[in-house]
Amino acid sequence: MNLNLVRLGFLPLVDAALPILARELGFAEAEGLDLRLVRDMSWATVQDRLLYGHSDAAHMVAPLAIATTLGLGRPAVPLSVPFVLGLNGNAITLRPDLAAQVTEIGGPGDIRTIGTRFAELAKARRDAGEKLRLGVVHRYSSHNYMLRYWLRGTGTDPQSDVEIVTIAPPFAADALASAEVDGICVGAPWNSVAVEQGAGVVIATTSQIWQRGVEKVLAVKQVRLEAELELFEPLMRALYRAGEAFVDPEKLDVITTIMARPEYLDGSADAIRRVIQDKVLFAKSYPSVRIPDFMFQHREAANFPWVSQAAWLYAQMAEAGHVVPSLPQYQLAQGVFRPDIYRSALGPIGATLPGASSKLEGGISGPTGVGSIQGRLILSADSFFDGQSFDPEAFIKLLK
Amino acid sequence: MRIAVIDESPARAAVIREGLEASGLSKILVLSERIGLVSRIEEFAPDVILIDLENPQRDELEELFAVSRALARPVAMFVDQTDDAAMEAAIDAGVSAYVVDGLKAERIRAIVDLAIKRFNAFARLKSELAEARSALAERKAVDAAKTLLMKKRGIDEPAAYALLRKSAMDSGRKIAEVADALLTADKLMGGL
Repeated sequence: MNLNLVRLGFLPLVDAALPILARELGFAEAEGLDLRLVRDMSWATVQDRLLYGHSDAAHMVAPLAIATTLGLGRPAVPLSVPFVLGLNGNAITLRPDLAAQVTEIGGPGDIRTIGTRFAELAKARRDAGEKLRLGVVHRYSSHNYMLRYWLRGTGTDPQSDVEIVTIAPPFAADALASAEVDGICVGAPWNSVAVEQGAGVVIATTSQIWQRGVEKVLAVKQVRLEAELELFEPLMRALYRAGEAFVDPEKLDVITTIMARPEYLDGSADAIRRVIQDKVLFAKSYPSVRIPDFMFQHREAANFPWVSQAAWLYAQMAEAGHVVPSLPQYQLAQGVFRPDIYRSALGPIGATLPGASSKLEGGISGPTGVGSIQGRLILSADSFFDGQSFDPEAFIKLLK
Repeated sequence: MRIAVIDESPARAAVIREGLEASGLSKILVLSERIGLVSRIEEFAPDVILIDLENPQRDELEELFAVSRALARPVAMFVDQTDDAAMEAAIDAGVSAYVVDGLKAERIRAIVDLAIKRFNAFARLKSELAEARSALAERKAVDAAKTLLMKKRGIDEPAAYALLRKSAMDSGRKIAEVADALLTADKLMGGL
């Protein structure tokens, strides 16, 4: 059988699991695809390759797909997100001396209390003329927006009380150790790397901030996605199958071994295994702690691109001053997420298909049956730490 | 024209610098160290920044450009946007450029073309060097295996070489591979 070539750009992170497994476990081939993975070291390069045709699709931090479509920092190129590669999986790590001032070292704490203590610390440092510096992986990253959401909600002004900078994850541990930054909000396995080096202590996971925070997505140029569904729909089916494998405990060993290989994460299999099992190493020489849903890759239609997720991200971009809020842009941002293509690609294999395309984010406090057009869908709590919810319709009123 | 060259490989950075200098550009800052990168760039205030695509610090730079607005615009801005061939050539070569807004396209284009050529030349050089190195390593292994056979079996050099070659032909492997296997086995056996 002739296989169709699909090149997919990715960064060596645990949440690149679905593309890696789609290839390595044979799901891509079964869909008639020769899926080749192109590893890079920065989102800027992943983005360049996607825009200039060196790759056909990309593992991408969700807000960057929106930023690219809106033309922030470079000419606008419309991207589409027909599939979400995973939710959450990030954590906030501080230098150990600072962590000791805000949390009980070694395990998860109440993140409202931790945030309040952090705010006191940050303001004291600001008044002393030494603002705390926090590193995030990219300007347009979920890391940046989740961190800001938590800071704002616990009394720290992310714009004036602290300095938020971008730090390349491979250097994050060193930057903590040398006090170049005081804290980082990065993805797996980079918090573990910092903790194991003794350079940092995890004070919170982003799943504690928002239980269902959209993280990495499958990004494709809109013109190509719409013109070549016969190429991209099989890719989405292969990714969906990879998601089923990812949550199968029996495949844990196989998955860990594949992910740790030099051409993928080239990292510690132990650290990767921990992440897949939702276990977080909060501090060196402490046992890792299981945080339910720390990394949420597949269950409960997690791969479905809810338009309301894009809406939430746009609202955060506005809060951060990254966009001048406007209704046309808000609509453009929401249009990046393509539940219609998710449905057309995954309907034929019996995947659960939500009936709605948008929902009240953070509106579910316990297992709730949700309307679906195929399969039975029960969503569990998707709460924000502050008990607020985000209504995409209500946000429009703020724009007027 | 002030040009910053950011490259984790000091050797490649030197090759680029040399090329730029040869075409009469003298205000060049080479940055191979990670620490203080952003502040050194701000201080130097380059008109053009050339950076290798594998450099994880590209995302840090993009933040800098978004915030400072002193420097801006990825490579796509100055090359005619329909000129995808030029963009692809840059990405193929593994280089990315950022330029200050308002510079003349032709001038920038010349610099980027030069960077592309130098990146490609460096990649060729590196693969030639790797080939030369592995050829050297192979010859060393074959020599060591011959010496071993001569000693252990009391044969002369042509006979030892003939033995290696026959074994290679019989097993469909390269002579160097057979030599390697022989040396490894000898090491494992403790020279028995």
